[in-house]
Formats: sequence, C-alpha cells, structure tokens
Amino acid sequence: MTFTVNGRKFEADPRPGQCLRNFLRDLGCFGVKKGCDAGDCGACTVHVDGAPVHSCLMPAARVHGRAITTVEGLADPDGALHPMQQSFLDNQGFQCGFCTAGMLMTATALDQSHRAALDWAMKGNLCRCTGYGSIRSAIEGKNPVSAANGQGACGRNAPAPAGPDIVTGRARYTMDTAVDGLLHMKILQSPHASARILAIDTREALAFPGVVAVLTHADAPARHFSTARHENPLEDVDDTLVLDPIIRFAGQRVAAVVAETEAAADAARSLIAVDYELKPAIFDPEEAMAPGAPVIHDKPAVSRIANAGRNIVAELHSEVGDVEAGLAEADVVHEGGFETQRVQHAHLETHGCIGWIDDDSRLVIRTSSQTPFLTRDALAALYDRPRESVRVFCERIGGGFGGKQEMLTEDIVALAVLRTGRPVKLELSRAEQFTLTTTRHPMRVSMKVGAKRDGTLTAISMRMLSNTGAYGNHGPGVLFHGAGEAVALYRCPNKKIDGYAVYTNVIPAGAFRGYGLSQTNFAIESAMDEVARSLGMDPFAFRRKNVVVPGDAMIAVDHGPHDVEFGSYGLDQCLDMVERSLADCARYPDLSEDWLVGRGMAAGMIDTIPPGGHHAESRIALVEGGGYELAFGTAEFGNGTTTVHAQIAAEILGSDPGRIRILQSDTDITSHDTGAYGSSGTVVAGAATQAAAEALAGEIRTAAAHRLGAAPEECVIGPDAVTAPNGRILLSDLTAGGGRLEAIGQTHGSPRSVAFNVQGFEVAVHRRYGVIRILRSIHAADAGAVINPRQCRGQIEGGVAQALGAALWEQVLIDGAGRVANGTFRGYHMPAMCDLPETEVHFADTYDSIGPMGAKSMSESPYNPVAAALANAIRDATGLRLRTTPFLADAIFEELVTASSSQMSRPEETESEPAEL
Amino acid sequence: MDLTSIEAVERPEGDAAIAARMGCFGDGDAWLAGGTWLFSEPQPQLRRLIDLAAAGWPPISADAEGLSIAATCTIAELDRFEAPGTWQASHLIGKCCRAFLASFKIWNVATVGGNLCMSLPAGPMISLTTALDGLCEILGPSGSSRKVPALDFVHGPLENALEPGEILRGVYIPAASLMRPAAFRRISLSPMGRTGALVIGTRAPDGGFDLTVTGATRRPVRVAFSYAPGLTALRAMIDVAIPPDLWHDDIHGRPEWRRHMVMQFAAEIVAELSEGAA
Repeated sequence: MTFTVNGRKFEADPRPGQCLRNFLRDLGCFGVKKGCDAGDCGACTVHVDGAPVHSCLMPAARVHGRAITTVEGLADPDGALHPMQQSFLDNQGFQCGFCTAGMLMTATALDQSHRAALDWAMKGNLCRCTGYGSIRSAIEGKNPVSAANGQGACGRNAPAPAGPDIVTGRARYTMDTAVDGLLHMKILQSPHASARILAIDTREALAFPGVVAVLTHADAPARHFSTARHENPLEDVDDTLVLDPIIRFAGQRVAAVVAETEAAADAARSLIAVDYELKPAIFDPEEAMAPGAPVIHDKPAVSRIANAGRNIVAELHSEVGDVEAGLAEADVVHEGGFETQRVQHAHLETHGCIGWIDDDSRLVIRTSSQTPFLTRDALAALYDRPRESVRVFCERIGGGFGGKQEMLTEDIVALAVLRTGRPVKLELSRAEQFTLTTTRHPMRVSMKVGAKRDGTLTAISMRMLSNTGAYGNHGPGVLFHGAGEAVALYRCPNKKIDGYAVYTNVIPAGAFRGYGLSQTNFAIESAMDEVARSLGMDPFAFRRKNVVVPGDAMIAVDHGPHDVEFGSYGLDQCLDMVERSLADCARYPDLSEDWLVGRGMAAGMIDTIPPGGHHAESRIALVEGGGYELAFGTAEFGNGTTTVHAQIAAEILGSDPGRIRILQSDTDITSHDTGAYGSSGTVVAGAATQAAAEALAGEIRTAAAHRLGAAPEECVIGPDAVTAPNGRILLSDLTAGGGRLEAIGQTHGSPRSVAFNVQGFEVAVHRRYGVIRILRSIHAADAGAVINPRQCRGQIEGGVAQALGAALWEQVLIDGAGRVANGTFRGYHMPAMCDLPETEVHFADTYDSIGPMGAKSMSESPYNPVAAALANAIRDATGLRLRTTPFLADAIFEELVTASSSQMSRPEETESEPAEL
Repeated sequence: MDLTSIEAVERPEGDAAIAARMGCFGDGDAWLAGGTWLFSEPQPQLRRLIDLAAAGWPPISADAEGLSIAATCTIAELDRFEAPGTWQASHLIGKCCRAFLASFKIWNVATVGGNLCMSLPAGPMISLTTALDGLCEILGPSGSSRKVPALDFVHGPLENALEPGEILRGVYIPAASLMRPAAFRRISLSPMGRTGALVIGTRAPDGGFDLTVTGATRRPVRVAFSYAPGLTALRAMIDVAIPPDLWHDDIHGRPEWRRHMVMQFAAEIVAELSEGAA
C-alpha cells in the first residue's frame, strides 16, 4: 500500500484490522494521540485528503493512495508554525497538551460555517484541563494577554516552556517512545464483583504463539500494600496485592498476559480459564457496615483497617462544644441529606507505564504518575530491592487530577519486567480506565445546621458516609480531609462530625481534585444557603457574619494544635467581587417565559499544603556558558508548575524564565519529592526552588564579588552578567573552563496557609423541560500573589469546568451485578466546548507570608464550591432544593415542574406554544 | 481502535462481487461501511471485514419522484445535498445530521446505511427516513432485492429487518413527503449530547398530521392524525401508540422524562404546523 504522510511517500502495509492511528504511530507519528480509542475524544484527529477524521476509527487499509497530514505536518518544512499553532501558543490554548494535536487538526479544518458554530464544530474534541476558554480564544484568534506585563519574572504570563513542543506534536508523553524488543501486557479482569479464584488454567494462553508470560496470583509478592501514595505510607491501609486470589470488585485484575504483540496478548487473554467460587457481594455502604454483612477484607490490625469486621476502613467521631445545646438555642435549623456520585478523572492520557532493566541492572519505570519518587519507594518495598536499584521517571503527563497519585500500573509492570527480563508496556484502554483505576468517593452527607435570628451559627452537625469501594486506596485521607476545611471555614462554637469510609464490592475510589472537600462542601454550602433563606438573609451577608477571619481559631474536629495559619486572608475580597459581579443587571431577551432565572453562591477554604509533611528538593546550577539548569522532582501534567518554577528562579536570579533549562520528575536527578498532589507543585516544590535559587544567587554574588573585588551585597545579578559599582563580569566568565556553581533547596511543607474560593452562578431553568442553562459563572480566588495569572486562571477555569461536569452530567454507573455500566466517553458525558459557560475569574489582592513569593495553592480548590453554588442558584430560580448530583433533567423534571409551577404566579402551562431550545 | 482478531479485509468491487460475497457470508464476517461503530468497540468475534467502499453506489441522487440515498452515502455527502426549493421538508436533512452525538468529522466517514443498520433509538438517519416515509432497499444473498418501509426497518435497539447475509442497499424518500411542511424538535440531557427524544411532524396537504417519534422509543413510532388534534386527544393518541414498555430506558434519559418531552414537543409541533396552515 502506498500513501503519503506529511508530504512524505510511504510504502507499508497495515495489519488487518489496524486503525489508522496506530498505523501512524508505528511510523513514528507520536503526535497522533490515543485518548479514547473509540472516536469520542478527537485526540487522534488527522486529515485524510484534507478532510479531518478520527484516525482511531479509520481502517488503516483505506488510506491507500491518499495523503495524510498529522500535527507534525502542520508547520512549514522550514519550521514556520501554522497560524493556528501560533495562536494556540499565543493564547496558551492547552494545559497538559494531550488533546492539543487533535484540537489543532480540527481547528485547521474548520470552514466558515463551522467557525460560525464553533461550540458545535468542536464537540468532537474533548479537553479535561482547560474548560475550553483558552482553546476557544486560540481558535478565534483573539489577541492574547501580553506576556510581558509588569516587572520581573513573577506575576507575568510567562509561556509554558513546553508550548512549542506541544503545538508541533513533538512533546513526548509516557507512551511516545519506540522501545526495541518491547512486550505488551493485557490484563484479564474479573466479571464478578465478589469471588474466590479456585483455579486458573493458563496452559492454553501460554502456548499461544508470541506469549512470553502469564502472571497470576501465584506469581505475585505476598506483601500487602496500598495503591495510594503518601509521604507517610502508614496513612493508608495495606489491603492490596499485585494479584489477589480474592476478587472484591468486577474489573479487578485476575491475571496478566505478556506477549510480543498486543494482538497475541489479546487473543491469549481470552484463553485463560478461571474457576471462580462466587461469594455474596455488597454494594451499599450503609448495608456494608451493618452487623452481619459479608466481610470484604478479613485482615489483621497490622493492615491498619479501622474495623475490618464491619467493613469500615476509617472512621471519625468528634465534637467540639455541645451540638445538642447549640441546636436547642437555634432559631432555625436546617436538616437534610446530600449525596454525591462516583465520577471519573477522565484525564485524556490513560494510566500506563513502560518498564525495563537498564545497563546497571536497575528496574526502570517510565510512567504517567504524579508521584514518581513515592512510586519508586513503593516498588522498592514491594519487591524487596534497595531504593537505589529502582528508577522511576515521568515525561510529560497527559493530565492527572489526583488519579495518578496512585500506583495502578507500575506494580504489575515491574513484576513482568522482573519475571521476563524484557521491556514491558501496559497502556490502559479507556474502558480499563473506567473499570480498573479509581473514581471520586461517592458520599452521603447528612447535615444539621442551626442559627440564631441574627444569623449567628449555633451548631454544625455532619455525618459522612464515604464509599471507598473494594480497596482502601485514599479512603482514610479523603474522609479526614472532607471533615476539615469545609467545616473549619465557619466560626461556630458547636461542631460534631461522624464519618465512615466503608468498603463495598465496587470499583475503588481514590484521590480526586478536592480530595473529599467537594463532597462535604456541596452539603455544607447548600445547608448554609437554606439557613440563610429561612432567616431571610442574603447569602453573602450570612457568610460574612459566620466565616473565620484572621484571629479566629480554625476548628473542624478538635482544638488541638496544628500548623495551619492565616498566612494571608482574601475571603472578604472574594465575597465582595462575586457579589458585585452577580449584582450587575444582565438581561436575556432570548429567554422565553418558560425560563426561570436565579442566582446562587458558595464559598470554600483549603489548606495550601497537605498535612503531615510534604517534601521537595530543587537543585539549580549556573553552568558553563552562563546558563541555568534547574532540577526538581515535581511532575508536569498541565498544572503549569514548570513555568512557575522557571519564573521563581528567574525572578531571584534576575534572569528570564525562558533561559532556565529544566529537568524534572526523575528519581535520578533529585533526592526526593513527595509529589504533585494537594496543589503542592508551587507552594512546596516552588518553595524549594526559591530556596535553591536564593542560595545560588548568594554563591554567584560571592564569586562575582571575589572576582571584581567588591562586596557581595553590592553585586546585582542580571540576565547575562553580575554588576557591581566597580565593574561587571559575565555569568559565562564565572563558569568558564567547566566551572559550575550549584545550590540545593529543600522544603518540608510546614507551616501551611489557607486559600479561598467563592463561586457564583446565574442560571436559567426551563420549567417544562427540566433543562438548566448557566447564564453567568463568576469565580473569585484568593491564591495569594499570583505568579502566573494566565496559568492560574486556567486552573480555575478548568476546575470549574470539571466540577460543572460532575454537577450536571457525569456519573459512573454501577449495574446490578456491580459492573461499571458506562465505561466510554459516549456513555459518560464529560463536558465539551458546547456544554460550558465562560467563567469570569477574579483574584484577591493578597500576599502570603508562608508561600513562595507570596503565593498560595490554586489547583484543586476551584472545584469545591461549584456544585453547591449551582444548586443554590437553581433553588433561587425554582424553589427546588437539589440534594443529589448530577442535576440531570430526567431526574429532576418532575419535581421541577411541580416546584416551579407553585413558584410561579402563572396558573397554567402554556404547552401549546412553540418553544425553541 | 485496532481490531486485533481481524485476519483479512476484503474489498469486493461492484454489485456482482458484493452479491457473490453475500453468498458465502459466514461466522466471523462483518460488512464494513464507515467503520465508525465497528472500530469503536472491541470485536473479538470477528475475523474478516468486507469493505463496501468499492461497491460503487452513487451516494445521493434526486429526481422529480424523490431522493435516493445509498447506504454508503456519508453523512457529509448527505448534508451537502442541495434540495429543490419545493421540498419544504428538506431542512430536516441538516437538522438530523446535526442530531448526531458525533462531530462533523465523523460525518466524513460514517454512512447513512450504517446508522440505520445500527438501529439504535437515537440514530438520526432513522429519524429522518422514517419521518419522511422512506423505503429501504435490502439486497439478499441470491442477488434478490426487497423493499421495507423505514418505519418497519428498525425493530428495537440493535434489532432490524435484515436477515443474516442481507445488506441494506439504500433508502428512497418520495418527493411527496419532502414537499410537506415539517417541524423538528429534539432534546438531550446535555446541550449537544445523544438524543433523548426527537419528534418530527409533517403536515399533509389534506390537513392531516404525521408525528414520528424516535430517540425516546425503542423503535420509531408514527402517530398519524387526519386533523389538528387538541392537547387531550394528542396525549391520548401518543399514549395509545407508545405503551409504557416502548419508551426507551438507558443512560441518555429515563422513560418518564422521554415521555414528558415527547408530549411537550408534540404539542409544540402541532401548534407550529397549524400556525403555518392558518
């Protein structure tokens, strides 16, 4: 078969049944991405004879004689970028960048009619990071925000260093490499939710041509571990085996086939014969913790499971003050239950890794992880190897959102590498991402909130029931965090919290942006809205009366000492900004009288750093030639911290962020990094870079002073030279002849500060259809001093977008047998461009005394107040209090029709009138 | 995605070769039209794909009698079709194309026949061809041909009138239907998501109304009126035509909501088309 790719002629034959995407990747076009492999996400978009197609759906055999263009062929051969590439660069129309090639290939194929209906034209391209605002700007060719506003490197919209590679398809993600002799792994998953494996017959599979190994529980280490990754492994429960003879959820690993080709691994997997003894399964967490329920983990106390006999992985009971007395003295009490569902992270790059043995006999894992160092430690422990004999590193990562703060593929790939001695790859399919990884913890949260007539809170009582699924993963941490800042936000003398994280026979829940706070925030902020309403009080005024201010103790579960301080406080500004913006009178002439309009808000607080120690090390050097080399541990998955690190170092060294060469996320280059979770990439790892840069600046000044005969404090470091009153020396002269000035910075994540978010919505609800339309979305954030406003805004827009997906549509459904029922993007509706409003973002003007360069964390927290703010706006519009996410029209229309007709003075429905959506 | 169990892709050229291949169609064989569904899910039971790309059927043609759409006509080709001005209902073509969950990029590959043969409730080519009284032509293994009204082609989700070895050759839409005034309503749980309910109404020259319900029901349903019905009669007739178990129930909408929306839309459509007649 002959065809051209990016103008180059090829003569090659695909495998029968091979799709064009994989055929192109075999030819080295790694810019063509796999997001879903099912035609839903558009990351694999290429042009065939000029027409855009999803290459994962196109039979490769059909491109005979045709001309294919991939992202690698968009730029001129001389390297000049296509205008659309330049626009994506100028507008930074990406975060992790995994969707960017597909976005570009679609955007460059739009005609006038497509451009006139851009939301619709782009619905076949999913982005999980940005919320589409920057992508829309890029496609529309808006004038980008100037990168050069302000003085110095911090506070500027410095561009992401990886930008040029991302828009040209050169950026390398985990799977974008060709490895000689690579073996492919496929996982056999259990069809049963609860079973014991009596026997596995692997003989037929092993005999299949190309199969190298079939791994079962007999091959796996006997050591239990937790897939969750934390600095202190003792925070998590040891309840997991690499391969376990006990099946606790449908989808659990049963065996792994390792073969020369994916096709052989696929075929052999179906030849494994498993004899299961079925056991009773339990899916409801309340039933699971009832006495007499089947015990899911019959494990000893050393596992750290709180109460294995009652399926309780962790529990929490606390009371400060006297809640009964507080409720008794209240003039109004709101009591009600709230429920949040199971949602998927849906980062476009699925979990996966490639492992091999290097020339020094070390186990090397190239992986898609937020925690390469902790994964290295876990692998060393699991396989009884010295830490030095394991290397874990990450290339660019295609999104994480907490899902990659977990060891979900590296353990079994390591087993296969150690067993076969050969390179092994495991890349999860999108279906496996839905059935073999994790979700957010579904929670039921019951609230009782009391207040006096003047609005003063008298009592907050909360019961949390968190469904952690079949394994503990992040169950304890999520429970405790959920009981934290959402409650501590309020000054109230009486608080009581009871919480349970409970095992059930469903897919495990794990870490996910917000880490428990989004679930409790929905309940608490909804309840606060009800209390304010019954008092006839404005929700902003009610918050101002009751939220903590500097000087107040921040109390959730006890009065005990902690390391959280008000390093800065901008909640007051956030409330003011959202209130002001919501109060602007907007008019919507296109809304018929079927649409009911309302406004709502919710607030959130978050500690800027996870508790219990969070460590980072940065190394920075002035190298030969006068350039800087900065090495740090934290990984880049679209969070933009790489840019921030370069900005921090540049600010301190009087340089430009673009002149700092960066090495990162590799256990070979720094000693330790706890990981990129809890929004710590700036506040912890960035602080290490700040310390390293300051130390290096000191060394440079000392060296220059010595050479110039000046005092170090007289020396000013510039981009190219150090200047003193009596002279000037080039940086390159300081390192001439192979010299190198180096410094190391370390941080440990304590003390910690608090960041704030306030979300406001104006919505319209169609009283006959049950459809919700967001008219305005306003978000104010107190992120301290914002180091990169464009990137920080992107984090907020993306967080609001992801939370809107969860509030309005997304849900991982579990069928009656405990299986995931909608494990595809066409079944699991994550928002496309057409689904999301533009979010207006405001920043509080604060400077944090704890965070690096005055900054605070701002990745997770924008998610948290979204569902409650939306529910409060819907309540305002319709009178209906929604207590369960997502707010799908088919679930709410009956109540809505009833509530809104009683809300309205209009006596009858006008059903015969035409209405357009 | 790669279909790793496929051993061969065949590409019969022309009607005779396709008829010959139909004669030996067996287990593990699948017809490949656009491939946009086939390549979107694992197909471990398949061994051979028989590609219809070389069938050579003209994608779309129109004459005074009506519109012929080949099964292999892509959605993009259909959307580009420019209808004569007298075909008032032709705005349904663009609207039904836009009722796909899939983006315009998929239109470049996906086919009208593929959508019909998938026979999913939300298939918008089913909505279009049933609402406009389309006639499906089915080819049999012996070179035979039979015709089935589009309304009878889809029997339920993933079920249709095709017998093993048969293929859909195309759909014919009579000009008389295309000349009627038509109204279109659609809703999904997300703004441009998969159809939850789609109702098309056409008005006959004699004043009658034909309402065609798709998306909301397990198979297409026609509710015909010889007059403009009042609200009560309209609802009663729909409930007679669509018994409770015929409302579709899946993640794209609960049956109660689908019924509610069909009732809303039916009333809106009758009002709209009556207005046009006044």
